[in-house]
Amino acid sequence: MTMMQYEPYETPDGRTIGNTLMEMKNITLRFGGVVAIQDISFDIREGEIRAIIGPNGAGKSSMLNVISGFYNPQEGDVWFRGTKRPPMRPYLVARQGIARTFQNIALFDGMSVLDNIMTGRLNHMKTGFLGQAIWWGKAEKEETLNREKAEEIIDFLEIQSIRKTPVGRLPYGLKKRVELARALVAEPELLLLDEPMAGMNVEEKEDMSRFILDVNDEYGTTIALIEHDMGVVMDLSDRVVVMDYGKKIGDGTPDEVRNNQEVIDAYLGVAHD
Amino acid sequence: MFYREAGDFKTSYAADNQTFPIAFDRYRYYFVLFIAIAVIPFVVNEYWANALLLPFLIYAIAAIGLNILTGYCGQVSLGTGGFMAVGAYATYKLMTAFPGLDMVTITFLSGFITAGVGVLFGLPSLRIKGFYLAVATLAAQFFLVWLFNRVPWFYNYSASGQINAPERTMFGLAVTGPNAEVWVKYLFCLFFVILLAWVARNLTRGTVGRQWMAIRDMDIAAEIIGVNPLKAKLTAFAISSFYVGISGALLFSVFLGAVEVGEAFGITKSFLVLFMVIIGGLGSIFGSFAGAAFLVLLPVALKVLGVDTLGWPTDIVAHFQLVIVGGLIIFFLIVEPHGLAQLWRLAKEKLRLWPFPH
Repeated sequence: MTMMQYEPYETPDGRTIGNTLMEMKNITLRFGGVVAIQDISFDIREGEIRAIIGPNGAGKSSMLNVISGFYNPQEGDVWFRGTKRPPMRPYLVARQGIARTFQNIALFDGMSVLDNIMTGRLNHMKTGFLGQAIWWGKAEKEETLNREKAEEIIDFLEIQSIRKTPVGRLPYGLKKRVELARALVAEPELLLLDEPMAGMNVEEKEDMSRFILDVNDEYGTTIALIEHDMGVVMDLSDRVVVMDYGKKIGDGTPDEVRNNQEVIDAYLGVAHD
Repeated sequence: MFYREAGDFKTSYAADNQTFPIAFDRYRYYFVLFIAIAVIPFVVNEYWANALLLPFLIYAIAAIGLNILTGYCGQVSLGTGGFMAVGAYATYKLMTAFPGLDMVTITFLSGFITAGVGVLFGLPSLRIKGFYLAVATLAAQFFLVWLFNRVPWFYNYSASGQINAPERTMFGLAVTGPNAEVWVKYLFCLFFVILLAWVARNLTRGTVGRQWMAIRDMDIAAEIIGVNPLKAKLTAFAISSFYVGISGALLFSVFLGAVEVGEAFGITKSFLVLFMVIIGGLGSIFGSFAGAAFLVLLPVALKVLGVDTLGWPTDIVAHFQLVIVGGLIIFFLIVEPHGLAQLWRLAKEKLRLWPFPH
């Protein structure tokens, strides 16, 4: 068995969508008797923005948690970069190049913005324990090198002014942005965003959308996102997976999904006879 | 007015990242170091060293150790006394088994042994958190004290059950034993304090420290960005126990000279060090020093004030001390969880603008 094969193509706005980066094959996830995800398969292609949508309780966040290694599905396989991934702990998934943000912000409140972002560079810092303890030469050099990358992301997301502020003091919208920075600074191949615009006003949503597009465009990062704002989803994403009650009910371009009868029923409700 | 950072520009990330980014702080730090190294050894006398300086230095090491574990990594420990006992008994066994070994090596070896024991008792932290972990470390405290009391091998089958530090010299000067001069003891402890505080600062400002703090603040998010929780927690336990072990080793070999384990390393010691960390400031190296200084100074200050000046009975003053410490713990936990270090930080922030706050 291998992953789905695709021919690369170019989008109208000039980005190249490549072959399959990740594929979920027949994933089933149960919590006791509750079936959170039922036999779902879909793939994510290199360079694309893939949205996962669905009503509340559809299993979207569970799906993201499967991808990032929090949950191990009872059935089905996760394929990443051409190989089947064995069940692994989240920190090992992170080392494979998958970063994510959380629906409820999960920043380190006691640390400054800069420290939060530098923590995201973890997998790029290799100085051993002794080197750290002495801080002479290598450790300091590495810190400076990684600081440069962190500063690049800080510039990119326009949060220079709050660099040294403790995260706990920041307003909600900025926290979301810092969390994105922390994920981004790891230079992930695949970035998972769990409701990046939840609770934002229109202006903040516009900012965040712009950042997501820029990340995808400038760094070529593949993005999988969960979002409830349909306008945002339809504008941003290349392809959309629609879930309802743990099942996949639609998959395709935003236009295809919009016209899918099952999707319309799931969102608008349908009279059962 | 006197304390400002205007004109103090940073042109490199390394400069921005240094321990004392403000020049005034830096010079003051060098000044304190200079006084500690080059002035105090010449003027110190028996009373000041034994009542204040030696306990301050030794407890500062323990407080830094516990602060790494509790303040930086968020793992509560009530086993500090037990781990200090491990350091003390390791030193004793090493001193008596290898009379030729010098004290610096012995002290470091004791630290490593304690680190190993600490990792062992840190293993439950992978499964349990907070309150329950505190109880697990409490078990370590009681078990270790029991062990050193009951197994005669640890105190070399001495009739009293005590351990006594034999005399050991460095550069021809006695460091331990009854003939050791206070300034030698002082410099010996100071060497460890400066070295260990410097290492603690380096560890906590780099990747290792950020991993610890990430685990402390939000362990799920820490794991998702690549922190191995097992490694982070166990390194915190190891480093913390290393510090605490060295502190226990010095307390026994240099300061007390003779130790009965239940008395010197009982649960009260665990609480004493925990109070130092809470009052001084969780997650701050400076706070560890401040807390240690405060709790070492408090009984002496109260004695001078109560007994010598006001003529109160000694026991009343001793009880007052308990009341004051208890009150302060409650005060700090409610009003300023980051302790003296935070008050110091606030004072500096105010001073930056003083006397023109707008």
